[in-house]
Amino acid sequence: MTAYDDVPGLVETTGSHGETTLVIDSSRIVEACTHLRDDLGFNFLSDVTPTDYLGWGGRGVSGYIGTTAGRDLHGPGTQGLARVPDAKPKRFAVNYHALRLSDDPVRVRLQVWLDDGEEVDSVVPVWPTADWFEREAWDMFGIVFRGHPNLVRILMEDDWEGHPLRKDYPIGGEPVRFSGAE
Amino acid sequence: MSVIERTTKIYEGSRIPSPIPTTLQVDTSKHALEDILTINFGPNHPSTHGVLRLVVDLDGEMVAGLSAVIGYLHTGFEKTMEQKTWWKCITYPERIDYVSFQVNELAFVLAIEKLLGIDVPRKATWMRMCLSELTRIHSHLVWLGTSALELGAISMFWYTFDDRDATLDLFEMVCGTRMHTRYFQAGGLAEDIPEGFYAQARAWCKKMPKAIDEYEAILDRNAIWLKRTKGIGLLSADDAIALGQSGPVLRASGVNWDLRKNMPYLAYDEVSFDVPVFHEGDVYARYRVHMEEMRESVRIVTQCLDRLEEMRGEPWIADDRKVVLPPREELHTSMESLIHHFKIVTEGYVVPEGEVYSCVESPRGEFGVYVVSDGGPKPWRVKFRAPSFVALQATATCMTDAAIADMIAVVGSLDGVMGEVDR
Repeated sequence: MTAYDDVPGLVETTGSHGETTLVIDSSRIVEACTHLRDDLGFNFLSDVTPTDYLGWGGRGVSGYIGTTAGRDLHGPGTQGLARVPDAKPKRFAVNYHALRLSDDPVRVRLQVWLDDGEEVDSVVPVWPTADWFEREAWDMFGIVFRGHPNLVRILMEDDWEGHPLRKDYPIGGEPVRFSGAE
Repeated sequence: MSVIERTTKIYEGSRIPSPIPTTLQVDTSKHALEDILTINFGPNHPSTHGVLRLVVDLDGEMVAGLSAVIGYLHTGFEKTMEQKTWWKCITYPERIDYVSFQVNELAFVLAIEKLLGIDVPRKATWMRMCLSELTRIHSHLVWLGTSALELGAISMFWYTFDDRDATLDLFEMVCGTRMHTRYFQAGGLAEDIPEGFYAQARAWCKKMPKAIDEYEAILDRNAIWLKRTKGIGLLSADDAIALGQSGPVLRASGVNWDLRKNMPYLAYDEVSFDVPVFHEGDVYARYRVHMEEMRESVRIVTQCLDRLEEMRGEPWIADDRKVVLPPREELHTSMESLIHHFKIVTEGYVVPEGEVYSCVESPRGEFGVYVVSDGGPKPWRVKFRAPSFVALQATATCMTDAAIADMIAVVGSLDGVMGEVDR
């Protein structure tokens, strides 16, 4: 029995390193966030950030899989992974770090899992500060936040192709642009 | 004093624009009158603290519409860090916010230590606190100098940069470089504290409060400074929290929130200091918070020096050979040390699988680091929760019914460092 049992769409509660993670059904994230804000007092959203788990636990990861040759940290003479990490349910995790900004402060991480192309509802109506965080998540990972009032690129240029923080976006692969006559 | 007190009302209701919380939109009726002039403010403008571009719709002198455009300094730090070993990554967070380098390094090192579960010697903890507060003062001095400069008080800039230089001398003495020190290692400090540091730091602590008094003497009775900061850029406590503001911006809106006090890390619960809170929510209140915070930081530095001087001869880094580089002199005599040194330098240490969010009170507010490790020697994902990035989201709310000239004061008071905003 924890304080989070009543959170709508709660799939699982995990804890490690003194932090609590609530895995939420991706279709009910707005309900869950509203419940946290209104009933549990989490008035402050610290951060929204996705993680791309493409290639998690596979060979040539722990760094990079985007180049054709890859980079294999499990080759001879390297430490590699001591064990294969636990499999993840889907490709992307979107993490919401909420904080109860009060005399009794608590932090909690909400996590929703998405496959490539899946959408999630925007939490801008719950916490206005999510505006730029969600734009950054779209820009860097290509995750669509349904109902976001202004979901356009924020760090990259408007006509940029691809989403740079995806694991399959190559480093050194950005197009070089020239202006003026070639 | 509780975190949120409902004593003063800065304004009624909420001023956060709708539907886009970070953009002021011009009335369609005004557009029909064809009196609206749209201009670009920045990205290359001396008073945007870097390369911030604001697209402003002007109705005469008044700002009718405003949206911030960022990304001109995006360098892909987070992507780069996924390619580097953990211990090489420590140099990156310093460079994203080049004004509060030491605090950012601290947040990242704390995240690694949380995953590693490594114990840090108390000498390292107190030295980290000491240098964090020096960084806070360094950052506030840069803020004060540049913000005053933008509002026409050019002499402030020379005075604050003189004292900033004295602060950087202390960093140089400890770690050999004036900025981007890379002095914090996972497990403790890179080197022992040099003997001469205490005397020089104490002399600095003696001088600094007088210098702060002088700054106030220059600004606090300057009619132009007061006119341009009082009642400008209002932000209520509720709006500040909804917009995720932290640090001086939040405390100037009457919210008594400081991670060092409310969720202590390092040994902040063992030092005595006050958290300055002002209730006006304007540019002037933010300036007052910065000034008082510098005084409190000097207090903390003094207490750290007292404690550190008692710890002479104690270890400054944990003794875990899988993570910490062996002492230099051992490399000549011990084969195991040589191997450990070689392994850490070439491959780096492995960090156990897991995800953590670690945050500290940086000069600009809550600086958070979210890291994911797959159990290998490189981070799987690093994300910085940059307080400047969040602070700029409040520009539109602060600029409600304001004149174009106030924009300089407002943007300055939100204290955005573009390196950190764009990462």
